[in-house]
Amino acid sequence: MADSITPNPTLTGAEILLATLAGEGVTTVFGYPGGAILPVYDVLRKFPNLHHVLVRHEQSAAHMADGYARATGRVGVCMATSGPGATNLVTGLATAMIDSIPIVAITGQVSSKVLGTDAFQEIDITGITLPITKHNFLVTRAEEIAPVLREAFQIARSGRPGPVLVDITKDAQQAAAAFDFEAAKPRPYRPHPMLRAESSSMQEAVTLIRQAKRPIILAGHGVVESGAERQVLALAEAHRIPIASTLLGLDAVPAEHPLCLGMMGMHGESWVNNAIQQADLLLAFGMRFDDRVTGNLTKYSPNSKKIHVEIDPSEINKNVRVDVALIGDLKEVLSLLMPLLETHPRPLESHGSEWLKQINAGKGNASVRDIINLPDNGHLYAAHVINDIWHEAAAAGRLEQTIIVTDVGQHQMWEAQYFKHHAPRSLITSGGLGTMGFALPAAIGAKVACPEKDVWVIAGDGGFQMTAAELSTIVQEGLAINIAVINNGFLGMVRQWQETIYEKNYASSPILSPNFVLLAAAHGIAGATVKQRADVIPNARLARTSGKPFLIEFQVEKEDGVYPMITPGSALHEMLRRPQHDPLIELPEEP
Amino acid sequence: MLHTFIALVQDRPGVLTRVASLFRRLNINIVSLTVGESERAETSRMTIVCDAHENAADRIRASLYKLETTISVDEVNRTDAVVRELCLIKVAAGPSHPHGLHSRSQIFELSQVFRARVVDLAPESIMLEMTGSASKIEGLLQVLRESGYTILEVSRTGRMAMRRGHHTSRVLEALGTRQSLDLQEFPTQDPDALPSDEILPGAFEE
Ligand SMILES: Cc1ncc(C[n+]2csc(CCOP(=O)(O)OP(=O)(O)O)c2C)c(N)n1
Repeated sequence: MADSITPNPTLTGAEILLATLAGEGVTTVFGYPGGAILPVYDVLRKFPNLHHVLVRHEQSAAHMADGYARATGRVGVCMATSGPGATNLVTGLATAMIDSIPIVAITGQVSSKVLGTDAFQEIDITGITLPITKHNFLVTRAEEIAPVLREAFQIARSGRPGPVLVDITKDAQQAAAAFDFEAAKPRPYRPHPMLRAESSSMQEAVTLIRQAKRPIILAGHGVVESGAERQVLALAEAHRIPIASTLLGLDAVPAEHPLCLGMMGMHGESWVNNAIQQADLLLAFGMRFDDRVTGNLTKYSPNSKKIHVEIDPSEINKNVRVDVALIGDLKEVLSLLMPLLETHPRPLESHGSEWLKQINAGKGNASVRDIINLPDNGHLYAAHVINDIWHEAAAAGRLEQTIIVTDVGQHQMWEAQYFKHHAPRSLITSGGLGTMGFALPAAIGAKVACPEKDVWVIAGDGGFQMTAAELSTIVQEGLAINIAVINNGFLGMVRQWQETIYEKNYASSPILSPNFVLLAAAHGIAGATVKQRADVIPNARLARTSGKPFLIEFQVEKEDGVYPMITPGSALHEMLRRPQHDPLIELPEEP
Repeated sequence: MLHTFIALVQDRPGVLTRVASLFRRLNINIVSLTVGESERAETSRMTIVCDAHENAADRIRASLYKLETTISVDEVNRTDAVVRELCLIKVAAGPSHPHGLHSRSQIFELSQVFRARVVDLAPESIMLEMTGSASKIEGLLQVLRESGYTILEVSRTGRMAMRRGHHTSRVLEALGTRQSLDLQEFPTQDPDALPSDEILPGAFEE
């Protein structure tokens, strides 16, 4: 039978499930077996085009599906058994939900006859995942499997994407039913009824853009999700509007472009946040004014008009009140808006060069405090490590072919500041939930999706240990993933908060780690320890070109901080700067 | 302030949980929620009354629409909708009560004034049924109490609302429009547009 589908054969529910996945174009499923999903595993071999990646923990299965989806824009698929298998997915689903990532999670469920009886490994997973999925289904009959799964894929990838969970009882997997992939096709997707970008709002937007003297584009994850990268850049170039990015919008625009300023928000560079505070027009594209981006809302960009282009109407006026809301797919809205702007060309000089000059002056002022400009003083800084990994990839001409997958913490912010992303979907990171342990499994998903790309994990010593068991999965799957563990001996970001807000009360933030290189070796993975800057690039090159998985433990400065930092309650311009005489980065005394 | 939403939703297991869970997540208290069959097959109509900031309505509607099980959502106010509530009241009345046997006839009289109906008569109690606005129901309860009667039990449905006039056709029109992906086709005269004087919901202010 395999993937050649004869018309309306009678199959078991389990076979229908896999045949439907194959029909939806799925080639990889990340999963872990167990009693309630065993009928599916029993027929897995009949579908040789469906590759199953055996994970080491179901949370990782969800992160892998997530990484797969972020790397490609396609729906990622994960699978788990009932009870503990299903509950282990929860963190991964929540991570995907808050970052709008399309995944379909399939869970086995106890037989429909015993539903609700606390049967062995029964858990109400549709109840548990209600707030952390875009939608979920409980399927109790074999006939429902194909239509429900197809609807799940449609929901996951349509509108504002998100995870969908399908819980399938064991008897539904075992029962027989006719399978007709075409007949199981869902009704056309219904766009959110409150989408609207009527011409009056368009005209208002045009007027605001034409009048603005200090406009700035805020590029969010929606730019990538919508595939509007080129439109955004074209708009910026045509009207000379600088672009600031959210963490998930960093790879939406090429960092090296003169109009691209970098990341905004809590650890955004000073010139970016100052520009937002001084702007007279914000063009918010596919972003949701998260608190990490706005700082204190009452003091957020006080003198600007705000245009919000967003696909989810419930995001409008949620955190920041906007003047014009264009509710719809960003790419579609921009394709309507840009011709309107072009018919009223503005004199080239009016937007100004003054404004860009002002912003660039801010860059100059910041550079003296920038750790990246610190000469090699014998210490190893995480910022330098990440910047050198970027240099190495750039020098090899591999930037467009490199995906960085970060964990959560200081290293994540340094990555955002010092790895200059060049191509869409080249940065994979957990933004909204900030899930430690995300990097390694998400990188597996990305590498499976894009085997031809160089995939780097950048993780802290803390987060890496949360899902380090997936090293085994890498080996079992033969994936050449490069792993950089940034070891500072601390839960670094927690330590930094304790330093700035809790008077250096380092309670439970120092963390003991195994010898990461030996840990890798125990898995049959080669590795190296790097303690000085000169060794970063050669080892990064070694890792990238080895054709095998490779782990580098970077032993970096222990009490380094991410700057600038906007402490909770402060406005964007009220940032903590790196001390100009940071004792940590003082040059060694002249002998 | 109180907001009243009328929602058409799929009649499937778990739909009520989805709606209720949404309000819990938004940290909004549901004052009342009624649900029952509608004129359409496999479709329920809900009336949800909730207490939220005056500018929260659009977000609540938008969020309700994000539920895959929602078909349409309408927000109504007192003037453009008929709002009704059903109430059952059990009052102590019988020979052993203060007004003695006289109490029954007095309750009959009171209920006539309020257009309530007597639906059950037991040796020691009377059950009244009343439909009307919430304030009318509260009026009857107050009069009963002030007349010295003991109210044994009250059961209220919470508000049900229906828009006056030809609203249904408007909903269907909207359903037709939304099938179109072409943004330009969206109506320019938009009854649901955000009011220009809208300010931030208080809950998000520092
Ligand atoms: C699952 C989870 N638990 C706790 C946290 C809170 N948290 C945020 S950053 C951080 C420290 C991360 O330390 P490490 O992985 O060593 O990275 P570093 O900050 O040192 O780069 C912690 C504990 C989190 N984000 N996720």
